Amino acid sequence: MGLDAIVLILVATVAASVPLILAALGELVVEKSGVLNLGVEGMMAVGAIVAFAVAVETQQLSLAALAGALAGALMSLIFAFITLTLMANQVATGLALTLFGTGLSAFLGLKYTSVALDGAKAMTIPILSDIPVLGKLLFSYNGFVYFAVLVFLAISWFLYRSRAGLVLRAIGESPSSAHALGASVIKVRYLAVLFGGAMAGLAGAYLSTAYTPLWAEGMIAGRGWIALALVVFATWRPARVLIGALLFGGVTIAQFHVQGIGIEIPAQFLSMLPYLATILVLVVISRDAGLIRLNAPASLGQPFHKQGH
Amino acid sequence: MKQNKLIAAIKGLLGAALLVGMASTAQAADPVKVGFVYVSPVGDAGWTYQHDLGRKALEEKFGDKIKVKFVDGVPEGAEAERVIRELAADGSKMVFATSFGFMNPTLKVAKAFPDVAFNHATGYKTADNVGIYNARFYEGRYLAGMIAGGMTKTNILGDVAAFPIPEVIQGINAYTRGALAVNPNIKMKVVWVNSWFDPGREREAAVALMDQGADVITHHTDSTAVVAAAEEKGKYAVAYNSDMSKYGAKAQLTAVTHHWEKFYTDEVQKVLDGNWKPGNVWGGIKEGMVSLAKISDDVPADLKAKVEQATKDIAEGKLHPFAGPVLDQDGAEKVPAGKNMDDEALAKMDFYVKGVEGKLPK
Repeated sequence: MGLDAIVLILVATVAASVPLILAALGELVVEKSGVLNLGVEGMMAVGAIVAFAVAVETQQLSLAALAGALAGALMSLIFAFITLTLMANQVATGLALTLFGTGLSAFLGLKYTSVALDGAKAMTIPILSDIPVLGKLLFSYNGFVYFAVLVFLAISWFLYRSRAGLVLRAIGESPSSAHALGASVIKVRYLAVLFGGAMAGLAGAYLSTAYTPLWAEGMIAGRGWIALALVVFATWRPARVLIGALLFGGVTIAQFHVQGIGIEIPAQFLSMLPYLATILVLVVISRDAGLIRLNAPASLGQPFHKQGH
Repeated sequence: MKQNKLIAAIKGLLGAALLVGMASTAQAADPVKVGFVYVSPVGDAGWTYQHDLGRKALEEKFGDKIKVKFVDGVPEGAEAERVIRELAADGSKMVFATSFGFMNPTLKVAKAFPDVAFNHATGYKTADNVGIYNARFYEGRYLAGMIAGGMTKTNILGDVAAFPIPEVIQGINAYTRGALAVNPNIKMKVVWVNSWFDPGREREAAVALMDQGADVITHHTDSTAVVAAAEEKGKYAVAYNSDMSKYGAKAQLTAVTHHWEKFYTDEVQKVLDGNWKPGNVWGGIKEGMVSLAKISDDVPADLKAKVEQATKDIAEGKLHPFAGPVLDQDGAEKVPAGKNMDDEALAKMDFYVKGVEGKLPK
């Protein structure tokens, strides 16, 4: 296999991992605030159809991406209201959100099934894109890819270098202590959930307007669940989310290349690998309590009741 | 696009007005009810879209003599049984179940409704009131393979395939044999995505094939993602099910398309005449159930002429895509020279012919 072939595989890997990066980074922030939203798949589906519809009607891809993010945020607002204000069970509500989003997207998408759309084009940057190998490897993507990198940098800075990020993490660790110190637990959690929803919606928008520019029912095809697994796989660290997403994306791409070359590994085995890796990570970190305490939000999934009502 | 929608809306309005008009004048005979069950949404292209064209042809031909109802996006399984039962209970005289997975639900409902005529697509089980129908897609595949073989510069062809079942394997093998007939140097690479419909995976597989040197790719999956990926990368594609030139104006060399119009109108005619019997139809190029969409202008005239001749020969029975000698990958003879593969062997095909790379998943 030549250098060119490897570069092509890497480029395809990056493209495949972008929706995972976006959705998983969003979910990471949500979980860091102590909320577990299992509705990622459903929010991605709604983001995908709304973005696609806006792209078809307006031909404005940036507007479409924005609409997708807004749609995801709206979906997550439902979740936030039910779990944070009404204090319902987060796991059940998240699952319901996925079912609802999948159905809603199919309904909204009725008239858009198989409509043709010119997808997002790769942005070519003068000079940089023409560098051999590196130009192709680093500067041959569409806007979503660069945006995902920016989001990664922003979230890494926000969580570990900013005061607001510290408050968010404190709420995720111990909401009652944070509350006692004057932090507005419910407000911060609302914002975190909305951000997670917007990122999931954006990931859906990438799938329907850039990666495979079409709308089809069920096109998210489990990527929301992979994103959820990825957050655990990364033990709640943004940099590991990035690496994990590239690994998971790489596995998907590799299974097709392996088949094309004619190496005999069952494709099903390779599709199973990301989940297997996640289970392995869970086993490993559960054996080392220190590791979990270091990064996993202690209050994950637990509703917060204000004292003194 | 917008204009099309406007026209469609106007057409719909006119149609509705027409129906209202008819309802008041023609009430002599009750229309015969016909039902369709689709596995996916109709959309603008694909397996179900082609069946829906057949439904429209029915409405056009029989007008107010029949009343057609369809239910789309029906999952294969228990839900299908409910839908089929509802259509039968609603008084349908004929029900078309248009996906392989509707086989057992159809048979089950058919038992309870002995007076309703059922037709099941691509299955293999019949009953006193259940007929089956299918098309020889592989004949179209052979012709498309000739075009692919003639157009490739790298001599590498690629196929994004769903599941290793006989129908799909027939397609891969026929396409490869068609390509070899015009270009003995080609190699066929197959990538399995283990899904009928997952645009993301279909695209990834298509890109992987093109990255490995394939410059003409085809697919046996239901979305338009493969054709769109070829368009994006400036490579050629052979579409399947429907004409997908809308998604790949430059990429699409041709498409292997399905046509159920004639079959549907014939069957409904028989019901109207009161002489329907369950059949076992397996039609191909000759019956018009499979054909090629418009061949791209990029294809040189002499290659086009060859394909047209082969089309004629297949229709007249002079050319069989699996005419002996048929050799498998390892060179073992499956059909001796001078013989054609029979339908029974075709329906059970479980090997790659010579020219296909890789191992067939078992």
